[in-house]
Amino acid sequence: MITTRERHRNILDFALSSLGRRAGRNLSLLTMYCLLIFVLASLLFFVSALKREAARLLEDAPDLVVQRLVAGRQDLIPENYGAGIAAIRGVAHVEPRLWGYYFDSWNGANYTVIASDKPTVKDGIAAIGSGVARSRKIHAGELFPLRSPGTEPLLLEVGAIFPGTSDLMAADLIILTPSDFHTLFNFPQGKFTDLAVTVTNRKELPMVAAKIAALYADSRPILKSEIQRTYQSIFDWRGGMILLVLLSAVLSFIIFAWDRATGLSAEERKEIGILKSIGWDTSDVLLLKFWEGCAISLPAFLCGVIAAYCHVFFFSAPFFSPVLKGWSILYPQFQLVPVVDISQLLVLFFFTVVPYITATIIPNWRTATMDPDAAMRS
Amino acid sequence: MILRPATLALLLISLVVTGFSLTAAFHAMGIYERWDPTSGSEDQLDLEKKTSLISSIISYLFPLELLSLALFLFTAEELHPLFTGAMCAAGTLAVNAFGYPALLLKVVNALCAGVWLIINHLDTRAYDSPLIRLKYLFLTLMIPLLLLECFLLFSYFSGVKPDVITSCCGSLFSHDSPTLSGDLTSLPAGLMQAVFFTSMVLTTGSGIIFLRTGRHGRFFSVAAAVTFPVAIASIISFIGLYFYEMPSHHCPFCLLQKEYYYIGYGLYALLFIGAVTGISAGVINSFPPTHSLSNTVPETGSYLTRVAILCYLLFTLITVIEMTISPLRLSYF
Repeated sequence: MITTRERHRNILDFALSSLGRRAGRNLSLLTMYCLLIFVLASLLFFVSALKREAARLLEDAPDLVVQRLVAGRQDLIPENYGAGIAAIRGVAHVEPRLWGYYFDSWNGANYTVIASDKPTVKDGIAAIGSGVARSRKIHAGELFPLRSPGTEPLLLEVGAIFPGTSDLMAADLIILTPSDFHTLFNFPQGKFTDLAVTVTNRKELPMVAAKIAALYADSRPILKSEIQRTYQSIFDWRGGMILLVLLSAVLSFIIFAWDRATGLSAEERKEIGILKSIGWDTSDVLLLKFWEGCAISLPAFLCGVIAAYCHVFFFSAPFFSPVLKGWSILYPQFQLVPVVDISQLLVLFFFTVVPYITATIIPNWRTATMDPDAAMRS
Repeated sequence: MILRPATLALLLISLVVTGFSLTAAFHAMGIYERWDPTSGSEDQLDLEKKTSLISSIISYLFPLELLSLALFLFTAEELHPLFTGAMCAAGTLAVNAFGYPALLLKVVNALCAGVWLIINHLDTRAYDSPLIRLKYLFLTLMIPLLLLECFLLFSYFSGVKPDVITSCCGSLFSHDSPTLSGDLTSLPAGLMQAVFFTSMVLTTGSGIIFLRTGRHGRFFSVAAAVTFPVAIASIISFIGLYFYEMPSHHCPFCLLQKEYYYIGYGLYALLFIGAVTGISAGVINSFPPTHSLSNTVPETGSYLTRVAILCYLLFTLITVIEMTISPLRLSYF
């Protein structure tokens, strides 16, 4: 008496040898299958890695940023707003921030300029990101001229260049002293770009934000959680849009798999006819088709996922990065942190293996229920 | 509408399962009406071919229904940062009126799918398919539920808007909440502990008696079915509190989070497998005795009972260990 396990093993053996006999035909299916999984897996891995990277970067952002709006546009915020906000109960610290963007007509790039009191910068000496240094071809100790609204350009000495490892944060960054910042932009004294507010108890953040909005009607408090949510939504939306486009590829694959499963060769029909005439019943043939499907799906899934993993985490996804990351002249170079979770694999399974199963289920049944004499005659 | 790979996958699966189940049910109704194993007519031969088609379709697709339940929970959990006020899946599901009904129906359909797969497995092992009418009647009855699930899922995801302010689990599962979740939260912990442990003792006890004597199978099945909602109510009432180490936090979804080592997935999987196997053991035991099933029913019934007992015992063991090691002590007076 053959046990269930032995029956499965024998049929799997037969399925593998049957696939081997038509290696060329099955290899084409395997390649298509693998390619589809590779593309979808790359997309899922890349979107999720970008989301994780954005979340990690925003961890250090201030809990609450307060801007001032004039006619619906962001305007400079007066110093006295900071004092008023600091007096709200629950606010631990208010830091007025000076920052802006500098358009460099020499190379068409935009730099982020931040004023800081840190000892790495002094009047006339700035620290710059590696992207800025690369695009302007300057090194530490050299002079870096910036065009200011006055007649004379602001000449800064490059005190330090941030290492490439901090590229994601600092590629386009220029850090200088508040007085250089005021000179560079002719920035009015007593005004700031915005205020970074720290709250003692994070659960009170919405309440503090509401109090600030009530105290200064022209202010716009922005919570860190709102920024995080916006980033997550942007990446999800981009990923979802590309996935919708790629669904046409899934559809093409379904048609291909359907065609492959319905278009049995005379030899295959004869084989099924012989199997049924020597005692195989419909359930045995269905089991054979099930194992054939597994023998194709499993290697395709594994190869596709591994290739996608290498594509995203070792080569930074060259096929998807321009669409999903966005682009700019000074785009930071960074390596994504490799993490894959079960839900991604489950989603991938639903988008690839399930369409394959649905495409082949009815043709397989038709094959399995063929009458042996009709199968052999055809 | 939220355009996320996971939500698109859930909608795709729901469409595939519902579409193919409708096709299967269409053929199943014909089989239910005209099936006559004593006849050798062409119609009967055609019906016999169709049974293998339906079995193939459903055997492939119902396991996907089970997997999609896990993905639905995972997605609800993952979406919560998008909504103001949501702290876990509880808030995500409360974003509109379709979230919780969709989850409830997914659980019911997954339970039914599990039981159907076991009946089908048993039927295909018999040479004369004695359970064919029963399983196709069961399948046809499941169709409205599957259609409703598909509708609820589409309504839920299409109605999900990021600007909605939802409730956090703290307010949804609080004593003041005027909903079922609030009522479950308000159940006295002492009473719920007594009900939970009694129910587990009755289920495993009747299961052991059923294994040894072959009697009280139906009682075991009913006990296993009742234990499933009792255990979920117990998670809300007192088990979760020990994991959270907070006497006021009753959320059944926060257990799915990383902070609690995803223990919720394990606990719910144990309960789910226990319920499906326990219910199925009783269901197959109640079939009229036929020659072709005389060996397989006791064999499969015994196997299912063992699995159900093991799952429920493991669940109880984890609960007892957590109640012992957790620094939280609940006072009943």
